[in-house]
Amino acid sequence: MTPTKSLTATPPSIASLRQAIAGRATTATAVTEAALARIAEADPAIHAFLSVDATLARAQAAHVDQLAAAGAPLPPLAGVPFGIKDVLTLEGAPATAGSKILEGYHPPYTCTAVKKLADAGAVFLGKLNCDEFAMGSSNENSAYGPVHNPHDPGRVPGGSSGGSAAAVASGMVTATLGTDTGGSIRQPASFCGVVGVLPTYGRVSRYGLIAFASSLDRIGPFAANVRDAATVLGVIAGHDPMDATSSPLPVPDYTADLDKGVRGMKLGVPSEYFADGLDAEVRAAIESGIEKLRAAGAEIVPISLPHTRYAIPTYYVIATAEASSNLARFDGVRYGFRAPKSDTLAAMYRRTRDLGFGAEVKRRILLGTYVLSHGYYDAYYRKAQQVRRLLADDFLAAFRQVDAILTPTAPTPAFRLGEKSDDPVAMYLADIYTVTASLAGICGISVPCGQSRSGLPIGMQILGPHFGEAAVFRVAQAVETQR
Amino acid sequence: MASAVTLSPEVRAKYEAVIGLEVHVQLLTETKAFCGCPNRFGAPPNTNVCPVCLGLPGALPVLNKRAVEFATLASLALHCEVRERSIFARKNYFYPDLPKGYQISQYDTPLGENGWIEVLSGEGRKRVGITRLHMEEDAGKSMHEGFADSATRTYVDLNRCGTPLVEIVSEPDLRTPDEAYEYLTRLKEILLYTAVSDCNMEEGSLRCDANVSVRLKGAEEFGTKAEVKNVNSFRFIRAALEYEIERQIELVESGGRVVQETRLWNAGEGRTYSMRSKEQAHDYRYFPEPDLPPLIVTDAWKAEIAARMPELPGARRARMIAEYGITEQDAHTLTASREFADQFEEAARAAKNPRRVANLAQSELTMRLKAAGLELDQSPISMKGVAQAADLAEEGKLSSKQLKQLFDLCFERKEDFGTVYEREKPQQITDSSVIEKMIDEVIAANPAQVEQYRKGKKTVAAFFVGQVMKASKGQANPALLNELVTKKLDA
Ligand SMILES: [Zn+2]
Repeated sequence: MTPTKSLTATPPSIASLRQAIAGRATTATAVTEAALARIAEADPAIHAFLSVDATLARAQAAHVDQLAAAGAPLPPLAGVPFGIKDVLTLEGAPATAGSKILEGYHPPYTCTAVKKLADAGAVFLGKLNCDEFAMGSSNENSAYGPVHNPHDPGRVPGGSSGGSAAAVASGMVTATLGTDTGGSIRQPASFCGVVGVLPTYGRVSRYGLIAFASSLDRIGPFAANVRDAATVLGVIAGHDPMDATSSPLPVPDYTADLDKGVRGMKLGVPSEYFADGLDAEVRAAIESGIEKLRAAGAEIVPISLPHTRYAIPTYYVIATAEASSNLARFDGVRYGFRAPKSDTLAAMYRRTRDLGFGAEVKRRILLGTYVLSHGYYDAYYRKAQQVRRLLADDFLAAFRQVDAILTPTAPTPAFRLGEKSDDPVAMYLADIYTVTASLAGICGISVPCGQSRSGLPIGMQILGPHFGEAAVFRVAQAVETQR
Repeated sequence: MASAVTLSPEVRAKYEAVIGLEVHVQLLTETKAFCGCPNRFGAPPNTNVCPVCLGLPGALPVLNKRAVEFATLASLALHCEVRERSIFARKNYFYPDLPKGYQISQYDTPLGENGWIEVLSGEGRKRVGITRLHMEEDAGKSMHEGFADSATRTYVDLNRCGTPLVEIVSEPDLRTPDEAYEYLTRLKEILLYTAVSDCNMEEGSLRCDANVSVRLKGAEEFGTKAEVKNVNSFRFIRAALEYEIERQIELVESGGRVVQETRLWNAGEGRTYSMRSKEQAHDYRYFPEPDLPPLIVTDAWKAEIAARMPELPGARRARMIAEYGITEQDAHTLTASREFADQFEEAARAAKNPRRVANLAQSELTMRLKAAGLELDQSPISMKGVAQAADLAEEGKLSSKQLKQLFDLCFERKEDFGTVYEREKPQQITDSSVIEKMIDEVIAANPAQVEQYRKGKKTVAAFFVGQVMKASKGQANPALLNELVTKKLDA
């Protein structure tokens, strides 16, 4: 990594690191020291990391160097600098989930996806900032302060995995893990100009992911390029006996078809994603990207996803309902923050949760509690589940026609810090193009596709059917190559 | 148990009670419902725990297949229809011994439905409907007492968290505390036979809540019900129900109205207390558990589980009555537990006269157990011992008096029959000349009876046998004695 005054930088790719370490041109230790130096240089302005554990990183790097020195075969991510979103557990490291209520909590076990990275030789630099319990679209809901967009520190990096996107965009690490519940990987990837993957629901184990909305939460990678993202997904995907919702389907080699191009592929463009509310520059960038794909031999097919307009309310009913239950365990009894000096159990609960949770989390807990309450369940939660089915059916019908679907990832480029923080509904609308895939359980990616006149990144979202990641990566690779 | 209310029998007789029971039963699986922790009672606090049953952030439940099999077996034993597809839900409420803030429980799609069990009531046999059997997980235990700082603190033991439970809900088919007791007894017996639970009320592996209402006899509509919780021992079921029934009758009689509420039974005071009213009732905000896919019990799996069904107590009693010619009461005694009935049948089948084994067990053994205050499984005399005694009696090697003495010794010394018999084996007189000498003496002393015999009243022979046996202090070989008495009298 070349030190630079710029906050943006391209980190070394996985392939280049492997080759250099295996060929003894560098060492994992040197790579790790460079990453630590870059964090020291850039992170004060970005605040992507909530905790950095140089001791752990150096130990992991030393292990890789021992393997390399012994001439042993190197695991697929040997020496690759990684950052982990703070909603994922790593035994011994803090896991605050961006919340005060988990201040000081050190989980006694490691998330399956994180464990798989460790087993593949990854080096963990630290835990990454995010919106509290992954609830937000700007990373302004972190109890530990916002993350700044490396392309313009006055702007948000997107959310909730803002730290995960910014850490890659600023070249601090090669790849990161984030989580996506309604767009929390794809939207920050778009805002920060990196690649972010939403795997199919069930493709990656959720064991060790501090839950926001269990039926929507997914773990996925961020990387500076499509190939690295595909490589990381290949490592973390697969069945986990600790997650009953993880799929037993075998994991293909996601890098195998990357360079096959899009000739002969049918790519759908849904009219609903190019309607009012879409920023003109974003529209122009995505339309130009689509034209390049057509020029590369893809057949562009206009399609319709008619229930799209119901997606935001449906998402906010289901996600908040599940959140209200998932977050009940943060009660001050066993771990994390407990409000001092309460006279009764009820007072301890109330004060702990009042002081421990931020405003957006409390808003969602209240909303979720309401929609599940006696007398409201049918009108809200049950209805939302029915609409969810219709949204999924829209996609099922579309994927009978096309191999993948192309849309903008977000209606605008990164907005300014504070611009939407007083208007929750405006903030919720930032997820308008991403929540549909979350509700349908399908896979997708956000890949850089041009930029605004002021230099802000714009992302194209490519959606694929359930377990159709390989096709999505293939299209994304074509977009990346064309740009 | 002092009742706080006193009703005249006339007033009491105007009313009938309507009772339904909700019984929670812990399943005897090796591991917990949703994690790999040991499912064992009595470990030091907070040692049988892991991220899953502690509800740590990020941990996920995975359903224990054995728990499903146990619940399915119990459903089938209770004549329930087993749903092919059932769903787990979350029941949300805050309590320190509930670490996730919700309990995973089946809600609107229970595993088993529409079952029944047969009970003996005042009017004979009666079928009590079972509305549903559903699976859920247990919570931990709050410990409010027993610590130096218990006045200001409550401690929590989460070992029990995630223990697999089934909740068995009866129809409101029970009319008296006796019927409720009988229902629980039969239910427990069936569950013990299927071996899905040890049904130990004292250790909390069987817990019972009761829905109770009263109405005038002959009324069609149900009265308002109260739920009585915390009846933690078989001993208190009748008392708790009777108290609650009388409380409600008194309330109605004095012009009041029963309110729908939850009441706690206090065994020490012998009364129920209001815990919370309907208005204060929790809104549990049930919704489908997103961490668990629907539970599918295919017909093939169900058949595999059904194939493991043991003979259940009702069927076993009917068969034993026919096979051993015993009474229904005997059959109830002998089938009280599956292990005991198995031992009995094994011993009886090997014995010369199974019916004698049954009679011995049911009379001599049971009588002594009752007197000693022992349960069948605490009996010093094994079923094998009973069978050995029966065989000896059958062969005439043991008079009934000797047998009784030996049984007494067994209970005194807490030794099995075989051991005592070997040591105390009565020194039988088998020498014909010695017996003949005693017979001669008895004949000489009872000329009138000899005269009767010789005039044709052959039954008088028994008198001589008895007298000689008495003279020999019970030690004359009975078969030889019989033979010689007849010979002498006919001479
Ligand atoms: Zn456990």
